[in-house]
Amino acid sequence: METIKLTIDNRQVEVPKGTTILQAAHQAGINIPSLCYMNLPYLAQEHKPGSCRVCVVEIPGRKNLVPACATECTDEMKVLSHSLRAINARRTVVELLLSDHPKDCLICPSSGNCELQKLSITMGIREINSVENAAMSTYRKDASPALNRNMDKCVMCRSCETVCNEIQTVGALSAVNRGFMSVVAPAFEQELTDSPCTFCGQCVAVCPTGALTAVDNTFHVIRALADPNKYVVVQTAPAVRAALGEEFGYPPGNSVTGKMVAALRSIGFDQVYDTDFAADLTIMEEGTELLDRLSRFLDGDKNVRLPILTSCCPAWVNFFETNYPDMLDVPSTARSPQQMFGAIAKTYMAEKLGIKREDMVVVSVMPCLAKKYECQRDEFKVDGNPDVDYAITTRELAHLIKIGNIDFNTLKEEDFDRPMGESTGAGLIFGVTGGVIEAATRTAYELFTGKKLEKVDFHELRGMEGIRTASVNFDGTYIHIGIAHTLGNARKLLDGIRKGMYNFHAIEIMACPGGCIGGGGQPLHRGNSIVLKARMDAIYKEDFNKPIRKSHENPEIIKLYEEFLGKPLSEKSHKLLHTHYFSHPKK
Amino acid sequence: MYKMQLLVCSGTGCRASASATIVEKLNESLKAHQLTEEAQVVTTGCFGFCEKGPIVKVIPDNTFYTQVKPEDAEEIVTEHILKGRKVSRLLYEDPENKEHIIDSKHMGFYQKQMRIALRNCGVIDPENIDEYIVRDGYSALAQVVTDLTPEQAIDMVKQSGLRGRGGAGFPTGLKWEITSKFSSDQKYVVCNADEGDPGAFMDRSILEGDPNSIIEAMAICGYCIGATKGLVYIRAEYPLAIKRLEIAIGQAREYGLLGNNIFGSKFSFDMELRYGAGAFVCGEETALIASMEGKRGEPRVKPPFPAESGYMHKPTNVNNVETFANVPVIFLKGPEWYSAIGTEKSKGTKVFALAGKINNVGLIEVPMGITLREIIYEIGGGIKNGKNFKAVQTGGPSGGCLTEAHLDTPIDFDSLVAAGSMMGSGGMIVMDEDDCMVSIAKFYLEFIVEESCGKCTPCRIGNKRMLEILEKITQGKGSMEDLDHLRNLAYVIKDTSLCGLGQSSPNPVLSTLENFYDEYVAHVKDKRCFAKQCKAMAKYTINPDVCTGCTICARNCPVDAITGEKREPHFIHQEICTHCGVCYQKCKFNAINVE
Repeated sequence: METIKLTIDNRQVEVPKGTTILQAAHQAGINIPSLCYMNLPYLAQEHKPGSCRVCVVEIPGRKNLVPACATECTDEMKVLSHSLRAINARRTVVELLLSDHPKDCLICPSSGNCELQKLSITMGIREINSVENAAMSTYRKDASPALNRNMDKCVMCRSCETVCNEIQTVGALSAVNRGFMSVVAPAFEQELTDSPCTFCGQCVAVCPTGALTAVDNTFHVIRALADPNKYVVVQTAPAVRAALGEEFGYPPGNSVTGKMVAALRSIGFDQVYDTDFAADLTIMEEGTELLDRLSRFLDGDKNVRLPILTSCCPAWVNFFETNYPDMLDVPSTARSPQQMFGAIAKTYMAEKLGIKREDMVVVSVMPCLAKKYECQRDEFKVDGNPDVDYAITTRELAHLIKIGNIDFNTLKEEDFDRPMGESTGAGLIFGVTGGVIEAATRTAYELFTGKKLEKVDFHELRGMEGIRTASVNFDGTYIHIGIAHTLGNARKLLDGIRKGMYNFHAIEIMACPGGCIGGGGQPLHRGNSIVLKARMDAIYKEDFNKPIRKSHENPEIIKLYEEFLGKPLSEKSHKLLHTHYFSHPKK
Repeated sequence: MYKMQLLVCSGTGCRASASATIVEKLNESLKAHQLTEEAQVVTTGCFGFCEKGPIVKVIPDNTFYTQVKPEDAEEIVTEHILKGRKVSRLLYEDPENKEHIIDSKHMGFYQKQMRIALRNCGVIDPENIDEYIVRDGYSALAQVVTDLTPEQAIDMVKQSGLRGRGGAGFPTGLKWEITSKFSSDQKYVVCNADEGDPGAFMDRSILEGDPNSIIEAMAICGYCIGATKGLVYIRAEYPLAIKRLEIAIGQAREYGLLGNNIFGSKFSFDMELRYGAGAFVCGEETALIASMEGKRGEPRVKPPFPAESGYMHKPTNVNNVETFANVPVIFLKGPEWYSAIGTEKSKGTKVFALAGKINNVGLIEVPMGITLREIIYEIGGGIKNGKNFKAVQTGGPSGGCLTEAHLDTPIDFDSLVAAGSMMGSGGMIVMDEDDCMVSIAKFYLEFIVEESCGKCTPCRIGNKRMLEILEKITQGKGSMEDLDHLRNLAYVIKDTSLCGLGQSSPNPVLSTLENFYDEYVAHVKDKRCFAKQCKAMAKYTINPDVCTGCTICARNCPVDAITGEKREPHFIHQEICTHCGVCYQKCKFNAINVE
């Protein structure tokens, strides 16, 4: 490989040709600050509009300062990252950003987690040189069921735009207006709810400031917990435990399941359950549906729609309802684990516990913003009472724990309540890309072949590649599987299916990078792939150590069918655990 | 063959003064006098002398009629065409000796001009390709595609020393050479006709007056760089230029000058128009390309330059209209001829749109190296109303203000930059003693703030902040500290902005700070505006010796700040006065003093 030698601040660096100054500096231990730059190597997406001008550096001899993020190193280049000229320019640029930014840091949802705030702290800015009452660019606030837009705080880094358009191909956000009033917004500055937004929340995950934030339900939960007439049960999604620790100082990749359970119990939830239980239930329903379609297909039934598509991810559901209204009969009709949980909790469990439906409050802790929207959908309500009352994010749970004055780090590990806290490794891996289909495969294999599955780990289905394909040998019958994470990759697969390019039997889709572990409700990943990979490893490790790793072997699931549902795809299952989809053509 | 031709300017300016009706009336009159076999009315492009438009020129005797009205048509026909007597009242009057001048070449306005890019403007009918061909049109293209290799042709452009007329002055031949070196299945030639500088209209005039020269040059460029497709990015606000280009493209296709195997060669080339919506920033080449692709018109970081990755990620050569207009002449007369004109590093001519407080407003083309004094006093005829010259603003919103001290500097790309301004697209606005330089800087910043695309921080927020400081200063609320902030902001914006627009946006501020610092200080320290333009600082008083007590000022004062008895001197109450200046405008006796 051709290399280039250059000097940055008197330090010699040798880098491969094509390296930017920012990367080279990083390699040399020089942290040039940046704001709009975002690198998503696992999605092959580098966002470097070179627009914030925070990373400008001086190259003696050149007329102007250059942005380190978007300037390639050349041989014998001399870079000054902290010359007076560079420092003054950088500081002035940050001052300019601050001059057009609300100063309500103390009560901002992103306080402590804001890249602009960090810049201001790092650079020691104590005053902003601009005229008194300098104009601010202000915009109408926009609220949706899942996320809020306060674009007064937008710094025009356009990361959200790149994520929404390039990675998710949703196309809900783009720059509008010109000059001082330019901002990122849905077309014609519509509200988000009138746009093709799927509420995937990836814009929130990459927003460096408090411009895009999640809807906060923490106080609703606190109020419900304080209500003596309410019986409050909580479910926690698989990806939450793999990231919650990060909010309490644990390095990424530390699963904190036991502490999380202890914290939830300490906060005062009446029952601490696991969404993984509902994930196992999903496998029973979806797996059976897959086998049913598959058997009919193999028997020559021409009316069977294959591949079957997973339906656990609510952003993905929104996406295909908006973009593929002609394919609504392709995805599985199985509800997501969150909604299956709610439906079972407010029927089977409520009955068992002797509690009236309206007195039970189901709270879900999710890595996801779209879940906040999903639980409000009309089809998941009975007489106006939702199966899941409040969905909160991993970040909100961290706040709840802090509000509850709980010292998370010294908590003793505890276990989930039964029966809805019993789960398998299959349910757990729902949190990562490829996990749902692997869980389904573990069960479908045994149901299809009637043989015991010896090798439980399907490594061919794992990884961070955007689109993965594999063929699994079901005792002579090969099942073709496709996996996509991010909606842009989902679109590629779906468009291929529409054109008849693929012969998949089953496809798993998750809207977020890496699956739910990279969800918009998680501690903000800001595109950091190392964090996502660590969370993924934590989930697989926990799965590996689980005593039961196949959904159909979950004893409480077996009992649920025996006592209540009958069998998968029964009439009761259809009523409680399946749904239908609606066409929302792109507006 | 006609014995006589009446050339009537039908550029946008003269058309606004009813030149289309003049054409109609002339034709009617010729018909009435049965002269339609003798004389022909030809609609041409712009003559440049817009101050004196509409222009009607009679050839072969080269009589140059100015400020012609539709009702003059009959007289021109009956007197000049029929009887051979010139209509002297329509002739240009020399401002010095008050004599009538018949032929335009004897007018001060034209004497120092040299028309290369504008060679056919005001000479031919732009809607008739034959007239272009008669003037050697398309013979440069014929020569290039049949006799020269692309390398040879590029060499000739390089030898000519032609530099881009869009503003930055990049060597055109070198640009072509770079683009030619990138191999690709498809390349593009783009003509930047997104003229946006306030007051500049040379590109429009060329397209309206000589559209075929652009088509020919683009085809030559296409041959040189290996492109078969040309695109003209033109603002939709130029309907006449669009119409004439479309006519010219249609005629060129009919004649086989566009299309496959041009002049029997292997070279094929065709072109299309793309309309801009009037965003100033789309004159920047990467923003222009983004806009052509249907994206938001905003620039991106270079490299890669368009020569490597431009329109649709294909190698693209972008040149300005005026640059292209020079190209055919280089082949017709030879690069040596061309490079003999101008200065050492800036060859050829430059078109300027002369405007402001100057007697001869219009479009001029002068050889590089001419001085500002020659342009302003000889071509421009000096300052209006005998006032004193104060400054000249060149290069539009990206340029700067030059002073008396720069009047004798030979102007070219580099000397203007050295003087703190730039060539820009060639806007030249002259200011006199009544202009406040702080207000001028503010005016240009208002334009920039309006036109910034908003992509990068310094341009988006920084220019807004500079404008706020200037507003504060012109309101008499500025401090010396503000001047420091202003200067720092200007330097940082220049140093850190993403594109040329932002990088040059502080030039009007910096050049006025440099050349007219005392005016800033007067605004800030003494709360005084020398030019009395900053109304907030003006103190209006009534001279009791002159005031007749007519009461008109008191009746018109919107805040009732003026009191007085009829026929007695009036008085302005300073604590109520809002400095609106209405009394000053209304007073018929010059009794209002402004300090």
